[in-house]
Amino acid sequence: MTAARWLVRRLLLTVVVMLGAATVAFAGLQLTPGDPARVILGSTTPSPEQVEQVRHELAFDRPVPVQYGLFIGRLAKGDLGRSYQLREPVGALIGDQAWSSALLALTGFATALTAATVLAVATAGRRPALRRLSMGLELIAISTPGFWVGALLLTFFAFRWHLFPVAGGSGPEALVLPSATLALGLVGVYAQVMREGMERALDEPFVLTARARGGGETSVRLRHALRHALIPLITISGWSVGALLSGAVVVETIFSRQGIGRVMAAAIASRDLPVVTGVILLSALAFSLINMAVDGLYRIVDPRLRESAL
Amino acid sequence: MRGDQGTDPKDAPPAEGGALLAVENLRVSFGSGGSRVDAVRGVGFTLRARECLAVVGESGSGKSVTARALLGLAGPGSSVAAGRLELEGEDLTRAGDRRWRELRGRRIGMVLQDALSSLDPVRTVGAEIGETLRNHRTVPRQARQDRVVSLLKRVHVPDPGLRARQYPHQLSGGLRQRALIASAVAADPAVLIADEPTTALDVTVQAQILDLLTAMKAAGTAVLLISHDLSVVARFADRIAVMYQGAFVEEGPAEDVLGSPAHPYTRRLLAAVPGVRRRGARLAPSEPGGDLAGITTACGYAPRCPLAEARCREHVPPLVAIGPAHGARCWRTDDEEPAQTLDTAVTGRGRRDEAVIEVSGLTKAFRGPDRRHRPAVEGVSLTVHAGETLGVVGESGSGKSTLAALVMGLLEPDDGSVRFLGEPWSRVPEPSRRSRRGRIQLVHQDPLASFDPRYTVERIVGEALGSPGRRAVRRRRDQITELLHRVGLDPALLTRHPRELSGGQRQRVAIARALAPGPDAIVCDEPVSALDVSVQAQILDLFVDLRDELDVALLFISHDLGVIHHISDRVIVMREAVVVEAGPVEQIFRDPRHDYTRSLLAAVPRPEARTDTTPTH
Repeated sequence: MTAARWLVRRLLLTVVVMLGAATVAFAGLQLTPGDPARVILGSTTPSPEQVEQVRHELAFDRPVPVQYGLFIGRLAKGDLGRSYQLREPVGALIGDQAWSSALLALTGFATALTAATVLAVATAGRRPALRRLSMGLELIAISTPGFWVGALLLTFFAFRWHLFPVAGGSGPEALVLPSATLALGLVGVYAQVMREGMERALDEPFVLTARARGGGETSVRLRHALRHALIPLITISGWSVGALLSGAVVVETIFSRQGIGRVMAAAIASRDLPVVTGVILLSALAFSLINMAVDGLYRIVDPRLRESAL
Repeated sequence: MRGDQGTDPKDAPPAEGGALLAVENLRVSFGSGGSRVDAVRGVGFTLRARECLAVVGESGSGKSVTARALLGLAGPGSSVAAGRLELEGEDLTRAGDRRWRELRGRRIGMVLQDALSSLDPVRTVGAEIGETLRNHRTVPRQARQDRVVSLLKRVHVPDPGLRARQYPHQLSGGLRQRALIASAVAADPAVLIADEPTTALDVTVQAQILDLLTAMKAAGTAVLLISHDLSVVARFADRIAVMYQGAFVEEGPAEDVLGSPAHPYTRRLLAAVPGVRRRGARLAPSEPGGDLAGITTACGYAPRCPLAEARCREHVPPLVAIGPAHGARCWRTDDEEPAQTLDTAVTGRGRRDEAVIEVSGLTKAFRGPDRRHRPAVEGVSLTVHAGETLGVVGESGSGKSTLAALVMGLLEPDDGSVRFLGEPWSRVPEPSRRSRRGRIQLVHQDPLASFDPRYTVERIVGEALGSPGRRAVRRRRDQITELLHRVGLDPALLTRHPRELSGGQRQRVAIARALAPGPDAIVCDEPVSALDVSVQAQILDLFVDLRDELDVALLFISHDLGVIHHISDRVIVMREAVVVEAGPVEQIFRDPRHDYTRSLLAAVPRPEARTDTTPTH
């Protein structure tokens, strides 16, 4: 299968996934108890006429299949509706926040990936003392909850040493502590997966051959072993980046950052259903695209996969 | 990585007589203290330009470790010591890591078995070859790509420009091996170490690779060839060293070692090669046996040696000169081994004259990656009688394994039919086949992959007796023990797991499992291809015995003509899905009609037929 055909097929599949996510979100809306019209009108006891008017405006008085059709039709045009609470278009509301979340997730991921690569290349199959120390620290990093790490980092780097802002902010220095918190949670897993992959690759005959050609230790590791260790790593990073994009709630809350996670938490608490739907769709889209990127990366890293079908 | 080199650094004079590689008293061991294993115990030789020394031995004899130690790559946890280790007059016992890296690939190159795993699967062939050039900066960067192409051309790879851009899995086995050789010789090393370079290849491809190595030798390269197969070595080596348990037990000019072997182990290795002469004889004489692991003797071979005496178990035998430059570490080089008489009449063909498997006009096609249907088996007809062996020979891709799957009823044919025990076997619903399933059995090339790794030997064989479950298996212990006895296994192995067995023992368990339901036919798909020559000999003997005792029909698939000749009564030769020749084994081998059969036979290396086949390059 050629790369172009593969891409078209994956994009079509993405559309199907989005449709599925939209349908689930719509069903969730229908099944949630309570009248959305009353949520929109707020805490003041509205008159039945007001409620009826809102219901009519939003087509809540039409049969469910018609509502579903209207909902999908609006989505197809890119209209996610308006927030009940903030009275703003959901698209604009989420868009602002999504950028902040994506930035955090990507810097966290990149930091973790870099650190894990250095650890794995330095300790896979050699330097037993350093390897043991690194593995011990990785285990601690994996088992420490993010909120505690975040609090510790804040205590020392922000409150005591004033190196970084305590909360909010938009410059790059505001990104350091939150992304470090995220990275610490990931680096342990990444380093272990990579080290294991590299150690398996270093036992292969092609590594012996590379050494027999006069390759130095570093070049053997970087040119040969690392690429084989990337395959399991890509699998696990696809999952973890997707999870970061849609759910860095804890870190965003601790560092008082804007972000999708916080928008989602607030929307659920106040039953702001269009916003919830929007976040669900955004997460579905993010996961679909990341999965596509992951499958594409497999094909780049391992040429043997290029010939096999989907 | 490397262990401590050099316990005895003496000021060696420049290599005499043009010796490129000089080794004295090389010792390699792994681990330390109680778990210390001596893999190489005092090996010494010299290698000159335009010369090939072959080191022959079974797996575990230390030949690969020797090869790696010569490159300073004996591996983690190893300690290497040598009285002398000189490459082109340079003392390597004192070389540091940096110096070793400069030498590897530049002065001494290495080719491993199985190019598919020895070339990095995620890098192009060109990148792999270019890496040697890059490490040693032998050509400027801009010229590297051109040099890669010309190197591929030098090892006779057709269309080298395209091949350089391809990945190893896109090349055939022969081309891959050539590319691997190109990467090893890219920087023109004076010494090339080839560790089983042809083992995984078909005979014709194997012959081409050996020709290529011969041409390189003629051009001035010194070659150290490592192999378990004396017949491969015979064609190519100038001198042969036979290695057993970490030491050379015999060394000499190839003609002498093959023509008048002095050490009992060399004789046994030669006798184990199935070939034209050995038909009807046993390949592996029975051994004194016993538990080999517990015995420590001065001569490592004494526990298996039919000529062993008391002194063999007490003192290390000296190197006894037999001829010019020919010597063996044995006291009894003059004595002949007691002749082994055949205990069973081996010529029992078609005694019951009952056709067990009848195949007519069998055709099966598969859809290739380009969506075109390609026949894997086309119009094949054959019959196997009880107590008879039909050999199926052909190169990889000729459709042999598809034929096996069709005969087993694991694939349905597109056309034609299979009959088993006189009744239809193909294109019948599975439930009507199920009651007869046990009567046709399969033995694979790789028994390890066909066992559940969590099962014990007892359970593997017991399940085949038709009673699944741990408790039922225990009730059948008598039957299971008898089956193990029949295939020559110690009942003490009952509680072992497949991983804890040697290759030969695993194949014996696979055979015991195949025998368990009392089959009328056994389909053997390359059952000895993964085994050393000496183990292969034992398994072939076992097949012959079982066939004659049980009157079972064997459909025996192999790419090895020696094996096919030894075991078969009749032979079919397959090429590209069709049978090109069929007939009694003597006729096919003595008077082949088809050109393809002739070319196959011509490519077979034989230890007894060493001729001066030095190509004129």
